[in-house]
This record gives sequence, structure tokens and C-alpha cells, in this order.
Amino acid sequence: MDINYFLLMRQEIALLAIALALLAAEVFVPRQKKESLIHLAILLFAVHTLLGFFIHQTGELFGGMFRTNELINLFKNMLNIGVLLVLLQATDWLKDKVLREERGVEFFVLLFSSLLGMYFLISAGDFLMMYLGIELSMLPVAGLAAYEISKRASSEAGIKLIFSSALASGVTLFGISMLYATTGSIYFDEVLANLEVSNLVILSIVLLTAGLGFKISLVPFHFWTADVYEGAPISIASYLSVVSKGAAVFILLILLFTVLNPLMDIWRPMIYTLAVATMFIGNLFALRQQNMKRFLAFSSIAQAGFILLGIIAGTATGMATVVYFVLIYIFSNLAAFGVVQAIAVNTGKENINNYEGLYRTNPKLSLVLMLALFSLAGIPPVAGFFGKFFLFTAAAGEGFYFLVFLGVVNVTISLYYYLLVVRAMFLRKSEDAIPFFKSGSYIRIALILCVLGILVLGIYSPVYEYINELSLAF
Amino acid sequence: MDILSLFIAVPVLTIVALLFAKSLRHARVVALIGSLIQVGMAINLVFAYFGERAINDAIMVFTKDVMWFEPFNIHYSIGVDGISVALLVLTSMVVLAGVFISWRMEELPKEFFISLIVLSIGVYGFFISLDLFTMFVFFEIAVIPMYLLIGIWGTGPREFAAMKLTLMLMGASAILLVGILGIYFNSNTGGGPFTFNILEIADVQIPYEAQRLFFPLTFIGFAVIGALFPFHSWSPDGHSSAPTAVSMLHAGVLMKLGAYGVFRVAMYLMPEGAAEWSWFFIILAAFGVIYGAFAAIKQTDLKYINAYSSVSHLGLVLFALLMLNKTAWNGAILQSLSHGFMTALFFALIGMIYERTHTRDIRKLGGLLKVIPFISVVYVIAGLASLGLPGFSGFVAEMNIFVGAFEHDDRFYRIATIVSVSAIVVTAVYILRVVGIMLMGPIKNEQYLNLEKVTWFEKLGILLMLLPIIAIGVAPLWISNMILESLQPFIQVFM
Repeated sequence: MDINYFLLMRQEIALLAIALALLAAEVFVPRQKKESLIHLAILLFAVHTLLGFFIHQTGELFGGMFRTNELINLFKNMLNIGVLLVLLQATDWLKDKVLREERGVEFFVLLFSSLLGMYFLISAGDFLMMYLGIELSMLPVAGLAAYEISKRASSEAGIKLIFSSALASGVTLFGISMLYATTGSIYFDEVLANLEVSNLVILSIVLLTAGLGFKISLVPFHFWTADVYEGAPISIASYLSVVSKGAAVFILLILLFTVLNPLMDIWRPMIYTLAVATMFIGNLFALRQQNMKRFLAFSSIAQAGFILLGIIAGTATGMATVVYFVLIYIFSNLAAFGVVQAIAVNTGKENINNYEGLYRTNPKLSLVLMLALFSLAGIPPVAGFFGKFFLFTAAAGEGFYFLVFLGVVNVTISLYYYLLVVRAMFLRKSEDAIPFFKSGSYIRIALILCVLGILVLGIYSPVYEYINELSLAF
Repeated sequence: MDILSLFIAVPVLTIVALLFAKSLRHARVVALIGSLIQVGMAINLVFAYFGERAINDAIMVFTKDVMWFEPFNIHYSIGVDGISVALLVLTSMVVLAGVFISWRMEELPKEFFISLIVLSIGVYGFFISLDLFTMFVFFEIAVIPMYLLIGIWGTGPREFAAMKLTLMLMGASAILLVGILGIYFNSNTGGGPFTFNILEIADVQIPYEAQRLFFPLTFIGFAVIGALFPFHSWSPDGHSSAPTAVSMLHAGVLMKLGAYGVFRVAMYLMPEGAAEWSWFFIILAAFGVIYGAFAAIKQTDLKYINAYSSVSHLGLVLFALLMLNKTAWNGAILQSLSHGFMTALFFALIGMIYERTHTRDIRKLGGLLKVIPFISVVYVIAGLASLGLPGFSGFVAEMNIFVGAFEHDDRFYRIATIVSVSAIVVTAVYILRVVGIMLMGPIKNEQYLNLEKVTWFEKLGILLMLLPIIAIGVAPLWISNMILESLQPFIQVFM
């Protein structure tokens, strides 16, 4: 076997190498200089992210278990961007809390392993690889969620996450086995060829969607979300809400659009119901949240509901709009999480009413958060508007006007609670507003990148056109 | 850069310049220069338009089309006709007047002017767009700064008012989005691709079923911002809490977006839907006209009076649009312009009175004519224009509207018209009531004896609004001709 053959997996290999290199490096770095590990990790990963954009290859490995093409590559690059931003934002927290307890490098190793799992998940060509990917992507995160061992809530988050994700992967596995029972294969292509409507297949679609719906935190599989986000370190909450959710959306897209495409009539009503429930529950629960992390948790549930509007379309346009929306969502949501994290690390405050009068003391942070929230709410000219408009267009193009109507109703509801935060920052004046502080340079770089993404991705149309082209070819 | 895109570019540059402003002085000078250039551009545009019109009889002139999102066939597509030129002029003048009136904005001046200019970008962009998507983008850009403008610089229950206004308008634009998507996905009946371009959609026949479904969505989506009864309730709260310049801009210009959108998008693209639904919206509009007028009688807060009066006057615009004939349409556009100047003038005056007396309650005011004669006299003039006295713009507009409305001879239209006409009498009641209580009579408060004199920048702002009212009233023909010419495509669609 030619060694070049394996180079199809160069993203995976590189990531694994980085993780191992960091483990090795820890041995050689003296105790006083542990901080340099953070710089090293970020540097390596930034290079990895950049190089990812130069990979253009298509092919299969291991008899079709692993496959890659341009769009899958784009997925991985998007996840890389998300993880890079999460890392940059985590630096202050890592320096302050984690390094002192001598647990710096494990953070990166766990995070990168989880990302590796996601690579395999979206590159999967059969259900076995997919299942391995799910497991590998979820288990390390449970460890990360419990990373602040001194905090009870953090351990609780870890336990909650591991129990619910174990249940979810069990459910997924059950669905896979039923599909295997009816089609006699676990390879996507062969399943597609042998797929016929039967009760067993329908049940397996339900179970598969439920298992993945847990990772995307669709209602009614969302109960873990708010608690875990609140308890886990903010970096991990943002990782869960952006990267992990993104990966699950991609595999759901691939499954529904290719493997289960012939059964569109069956999964469409399911997705319809899930979309309506997710949008309404997510939005209505977000209305009354006081803690910014819980607030963003419910807002990210609602955003997942909007994503389903693109999925339900079932067309190449739908796929393109979903990918585009996720890309924008990475930047918007991470900008919001980044600001929350900067404030939490520097002042320890996490509640919305702590943000009162923030604009007068920290104008730049407030502006970033406002842009991020406007992007999440879908207000032009920031990118979120374009993402949502296109999702709605994709759904309306297939005749789902009523669903789009429910969607826009939800946009209005969501606008209310996003404006509540804007109100606290801009409209209110407060005696004990958070005083001015300077956040670390890495956080600032991350926030600048996010703002650039929010401003440019929408107006600059070639991004969407590129994604659309890849989706048409998929 | 072409003559229309400058209307986006100049405000954007003004904002960039404002970012570097260090103090109130810097900020207002930059804002002033920016808005002066815009007025210059608008006047230049009028002459350029007449020049172009003489040699070009296309529906839209100065058109420009750049592909934006190719997969959805979204273009940045702009162009103007007589109606939009007139509204652009209105916008630029109200913005300039708004800058003058906010000359002493002490709190966060830089942010204030930036938000104000963002709002104006939305309005300019809306009026020049020929692409529904672009139009929608600008529509929302115009709405969202209102939240900050009212919330930060407003008075009274500003947080509540800001939230109510923003949610109602954004909710409306959400409904509008469904309408626009409905139009888009029915725009290929001529065999071409789906398109957002208004002119291209007007050429194809949208299926009757789709028109019947999407016309009301589009109409309501736009009409909410035009304060159609019963969706008007954001307007009194919002206007009364907003700072002066924002009330001016909002009542003077932003509410015209609704009328323009109803006319250009809902009615022009879906004439059959309009014919089918017109009875329903005529009832709402006529009721709004009379309701707004009566509600204004009961109010004691000056801004509420003016806000309800706006509901009444804009109801008349929608009413006239739904009459589906040339005379009434002409009246509707004239009424939009006239109301734009008039209501901006009113809000400016109210702001000036409030700044001096610190109250807007007419029961506490009295005898102002003796102490601040300039403001009071202009208030009387504006009031007379508002109740439709010949010689002012309001008369020309209302005359056209009612002549047009009376061209329909069945009973339904007659009743609706008579109801609307009777609102003029009620208008006289609430205008003269304010004039009587507030301006005449004895001075109720000793402190009012030495109120601050009117400053030069306030006078400039006032004159900027007053002159067009008189100009349209005395010589309506040239502007009327410009509008009538541009109504031709609408006539072709409906006849």
C-alpha cells in the first residue's frame, strides 16, 4: 500500500501529531514556563488551521469507511476555525485557573481528541466510523466539562453530559442496528441502494435523529444543555454550542441528504415538528434567563431550530444555506461567548444585570457583544441576517411557507431577549457598572476575528457562492 | 460612482469621520457637513432627473445593476422615478433639519449622530432600491437604530417605548419577509429564473392564488410602519418618548417607507391581490383616519397629539393609495411629502417648546405667543397647513385625494370617503384647541416670562421644513407633474 494513500487523512494525522507533540513537550518544559505550552498549542493549531485551507482532495480509504471531498474539507476547516477561536478565548482562563493546578496540557489533548472524533464523524463513509466518531468526540468533552474540579457545578456538568451522551449514543447505535437489519450493510452507499420503506427503517430514522438531535440539542433532547453550559467552563460551553453542534449538524445533513434522501417524505414531518418545537421552546425559555451562559444556551437551542429550516428543504440550496448559516453562527456565537468569558474571567460576573452601564465603561466589548447579538438575531447588515434569510428562502422554495412564518415569528421573539442584553449595556446607567479592564491579547485577537467574520461574511457574497458550488457538487 | 450610490456612500463616509470626532463640536460639525452634502446631492438629483427624463422614458432612470448573490439571483439594483426623487429630497432635508435641532445634544453626541445617520442610510437605500432583497435589507437597517435612539436619548418611559416600537416594526418586517419570499418564488411564471427585481417581476403575471395569499402579508408588513390601524399603537408611544430629531425623522420619513413600500411592492407587483383585498384595507384605513383624529382631540401631551394626527394623516395616504386611480395616487404621494415636512416641523417645534418649558402638557402651557412668538407663529402656520388650508401643501394633497376618491360611485366607496373627509373637521378641532390653550390666553407660569430666545440653528431647521410646505402649496404643478409622469406604469398595471 502506497504511503500517499494515507495522506487523504492528513488533517487527522496532523491533529493527532499536534496532540502528541504537546504531550511530549510538557515533559521538556520547566515548571515555571508552563505558559509557553499555551503559546505553542495555539501556534501549532493556528498553522494547522491555515494549512487546512490548502487541502483539496477527494477520495476514500479503508474500503469506503473514510472518505473526504471538498465540502467535507470545508466542514473540517470551519470546525478548525471554531476551535481556534475557542482556544484563543480560553487563554486567560487557562493561565489564571488551570496552569496553577498543573493541568495545562491535558486540556489541549482532550480538546484535540474530541475534534479528531469530529473529523472522523463527518468523514465517515459507514455507520461504524460514524459511531466511533460520535464517541470519540463526546467522551473527552465530558472530561473537559468537569475540568474545574474545585467547582461543584463543573463536576455536575461533566456527569450530566456523560450520562446523557451515553444514552444518546446508545439510541443512535440502536437505530444503526435496525438499519443494518433491514439493508444488510453499514456502508452509506449500500444502505442507500437497499433502502426500502418499512416500519423498522422508520423507527431507525427516528432513533438516529434523536441521537444526533441530542448533540445538536434539539427540543425535546435539549434538557442537558442549559445545566451543562452553566456548570462547565465557558470555553467548553462555547465549544459545545458551536463546534460540537456544528459537527452534528454536518453529519445529520449528510445522512438525511444522501443516505436517507429517498425517504424524504418520512423524515420531513419529523424535522418539521422538531423545528417548530425547538424554535419555540428555545426562544420562550431564553426570555427569562438571568445568567448569560444559560441565556446563550437557550439562544443556541433556538438557533438550532432555525438550522432545521434549511435541512427540511432537502435540496442542494438547503445544504448550502445550512453550511453558510453554521459558518456565520460560529463567528457570532463565539463573539458573544468571548465577551462573556472576558468579563467573567476578569470580574467574575455572569449575570445580565451585571452588564448594566457596560457601554460607558467598556465601549469596545459592548459593541462587539451588540454586533454578535444582532447577528444572532438576524439584523442587517451583519452576517446573521443573510444566514437566516437564506435558510428561510431554502424552506420557502420547497413550499414550507407556514414553517417560514413560524420561523419569522420566532425571530421577533428572539429579538426581544437579545435586545434585553443590549438594553442593559447601552440604555441603563449603573453606579456599580463593571469597571474598565483590559483583556488579554489572545482574547482581543479572537474577538477581532469574530467581528471581521460577522461583518464580512454577509456582505461579501463569494463566500456563499463558494459554499453553494460545493454543495451542488456534493 | 453613480449619482444614486452616493446617497449610501456619503453617509457611510460621514459615519467614518464621526468615529474620529472628539467632542460635541466635532460631531455636530461633521454631521452638519455630511447632511449639507446630502441636501446638495438631492437638489442636484432633481435637476439631473428632469434632464434625464427629457431624453429617457424608461420607468426608472439612473439604473445600475450589480450581481450580489448569484445563486439566489440577488442584485444590488438601484434606480429612481419621480416619486422616489421627491422622497429622497424630503429625507435629506429632514435629516439636515434634525441635525440642526440636535445641535446641543450633550449626551453621547457621537453615538447619537452615528445612529441618526445609520437610520438615514436605511431610508435612502430603501427609496433607491429596485431589488426586493436589497430593499428589505435597507428597511431593517432603518428600523433598528430606532431602538438605541429612543432607548438612550429618549424621555419618559423610553425603554418600554423603544422595545415596543422595535418589536412591532421588526415583527412587521418578519411578516413582510414571508410576503417577499412568496413574490420571489412566483416570479418565474414568465419562464425566466426567480428574481427579486421589481421591474422584472412587474412584467410577469404572478398567479392569482399567490397574489391573494401574499398581498395581505406584504401590505401589512409595510403598512405597520405606515401606522395602519390597528397596528399603529407603536407610533404614539414611540414618538412621544423619542428625542426631537428622531421623532422628526421617524414621523417625517420613516413612516413614508410604509406607504412607498405598499405602493411600489405590494400593489404594483400584485394588482389582482390589491383589487381583491382593497375593500378590507379601505375599511381599516378609513377607520384609522377618523380614529386618529378623534384620539388626538383627547390627548393633552403635545407629542401624543401629533402622533395621533400622524396616524390620521397616514391613514389618508393608505386610503388614497387603495382608491386605485391616478388622481388619488397623486394626492397620496403629495400627502406623504406634505405630511413629512409638516409633522417634522411640528415635532421640531414641540421639541423646542419642551426644551424651554420642560413640559409638553398643554394644560400647563399658556400664552406662549407673547413669550416665544417665532415658535408660536410657525406652530399656527403648521397647524393651518395640517388642517388643509389652501395655500399650503396639505390642501393640494387632500384635494387630490378626495377628488380621486369621489370618482368611485358605488355606495361602499362613498361612505368610506365621507368618513375620511369628515376627519378634516376633527383635525381643525384638535389643532385649534391646542392653538387656543397653549398659544393664546394668559401666561400660566411666571417662569415662562423669560424663556430663551430662538437660536439661529433652530431657525434654520424650522425654515428648512416650512419653506417646502409653502412651496408645494403655492406651486404644486411642477412636483405634481413629476409624480403624475411616474404614475404611468402603475396605471398600466391596474387598468
